[in-house]
Amino acid sequence: MTAFLLRRLIQAAAVVLVMSLLVFLGVFAVGDPIEILISPEADQFERERAVKALGLDLPLWQQYLVFLGNALRGDLGRSFVFNEPALKLILERMPATLELAIGATVAALIIGLPLGLYAGLKPNSPVSKGIMATSILGFSLPTFWVGLMLIMVFAVQLGWLPSTGRGETVTILGMRWSFLTRDGIAHLIMPALNLALFKISLVIRLTRAGVRETMLMDYVKFARAKGLSPARVTFVHVFKNILIPVVTVVGLEFGGTIAFSVVTESVFAWPGMGKLIIDSINVLDRPVMVAYLMMIVLLFITINLVVDITYSLLDPRVRLEGKQ
Amino acid sequence: MSSTTATTVPAPPRVETPFQRFVSEFAASRIALLGLMLFLAIVVIAVLAPWIAPQNPYDLAQLDIMDGRMEPGTVGGAGFTYWLGTDDQGRDMLSGIMYGLRISLIVGAGSAIIACLVGASLGMLAAYAGGRTDSLIMRLVDLQLSFPAILAALMILAFLGKGILNVVFALVIVEWAYYARTVRGSALVERRREYIEAAQCLALPTRRIIFRHLLPNCLPPLIVVGTMQVARAIALEATLSFLGLGVPITEPSLGLLISNGYEYMLSGKYWISFYPGIALLVTIVSINLVGDQLRDVLNPRLKR
Repeated sequence: MTAFLLRRLIQAAAVVLVMSLLVFLGVFAVGDPIEILISPEADQFERERAVKALGLDLPLWQQYLVFLGNALRGDLGRSFVFNEPALKLILERMPATLELAIGATVAALIIGLPLGLYAGLKPNSPVSKGIMATSILGFSLPTFWVGLMLIMVFAVQLGWLPSTGRGETVTILGMRWSFLTRDGIAHLIMPALNLALFKISLVIRLTRAGVRETMLMDYVKFARAKGLSPARVTFVHVFKNILIPVVTVVGLEFGGTIAFSVVTESVFAWPGMGKLIIDSINVLDRPVMVAYLMMIVLLFITINLVVDITYSLLDPRVRLEGKQ
Repeated sequence: MSSTTATTVPAPPRVETPFQRFVSEFAASRIALLGLMLFLAIVVIAVLAPWIAPQNPYDLAQLDIMDGRMEPGTVGGAGFTYWLGTDDQGRDMLSGIMYGLRISLIVGAGSAIIACLVGASLGMLAAYAGGRTDSLIMRLVDLQLSFPAILAALMILAFLGKGILNVVFALVIVEWAYYARTVRGSALVERRREYIEAAQCLALPTRRIIFRHLLPNCLPPLIVVGTMQVARAIALEATLSFLGLGVPITEPSLGLLISNGYEYMLSGKYWISFYPGIALLVTIVSINLVGDQLRDVLNPRLKR
């Protein structure tokens, strides 16, 4: 086990290193940072001084080492636009994105589980067929367009919900949260639903497949033979067992949700990390781009690592694979 | 005349070629057939856009700024009806959508074809070479698939900037791994079959075995994945263009058209975003319907 853990950790570290190199090359080698950092009126002397101060006269591999050293100390540069440390900017906006992603996950479970359960218990009813057809639509609909249509209907025409922004927030532990105020909740509903769209379809399909499989199991037959009420069989014996795979997949999808919130945040002007990165790309705020990309890479590698380790704890075959 | 009809020759038993069987099995699903027809109609509209569109949306001389943001069904200054309204430049939305479909389809299909070539070759190489080559390629595939497509494409376009070729490049990078994994999977199974062994015994050159014997038998799953990936590529391109990172403003795809309408949406001018979105939706759904049926028809496990 220790050997497996160690090998997996080294692999993860190697991937972080490779990704940091790619990000470094992508951002610093493609464009010339001098053009952006120094005013065009600067004379030759000022230019040279700035180049030296920024370490841009060093060979590329040394620049990379400097970048890596700074990154390890949590210094990913200062934003050109906000003139603040890039990492701080991103961490400030992280709660908003997390709130949105968690809201979407909760919405997907609340909406998807009952619908999937119904479709699985009554696979031939017209309602179930309708649910399944809608779930196909959920996979095909372009998320950003659905977001626009939600704004169109619920904000512009009906005027029920606010169209953009985050609304009133409450500060807890130094972070601003909007799900604790009425206004904040009203602002959260549409973006969370929009981001949940794909996941709702996913949960419906997983739940339906799970229910149909579980209903044929011997223990369900036995529970029914014992004379338990259909409700008890459904909710205690079937539902509990299908929750495991559903929760696993939804958990795994969480990273993807955070990544995809880039789109939803842009549509609803939700002030999270995703909106920040799109704005930064549009004004070429390189340090923020680098910081965001490195954060996301770290996030995904952590998620993958945790998943792999959990699987290896559950399934010894995974651990032994490398020894052959 | 009469002598030929006198002795009725029994009709030879109709032999169904594999292709005929494939066609009849595909046509068994009405909804898939509808999807295919819709998709063909979309392709025809896109190809014929310069001849059937009421207006050339790129030709500034044909645009009249006075016709800007007109509601669907209004008759414009040029004398024809804007059935789907106009955008802020006075551009006919119907013509805009027809031209936009061209760009969306070219980007979607182009990236899918290139990704398929790259991915299939690498997957085949991995399966045939095995050992180190195999594990190196498959690690790359794993790495690629562990990051969400939207994020990887975003990173690439953030560095490269806007442009149709850049979008195609980003989509290829994002998608090749699906093809590689699919081809490797089926090639690993196929290469153990007797006909490959027979070909090897005949001392055929490796290249011939791969391209003439192995590859054709790995095609069915590749076609299914390819169809689905075209839909995905079109959706992803639209999303990237909506975010302002995809195609440039001079070549408006459906995503960019939708994005243009965003600011007018809050004042109730829905049509600038609504109709391009419908066109996008119909395109994606029709491809997915075809793909779904292809998966069922080409799946050997479901063969009757």
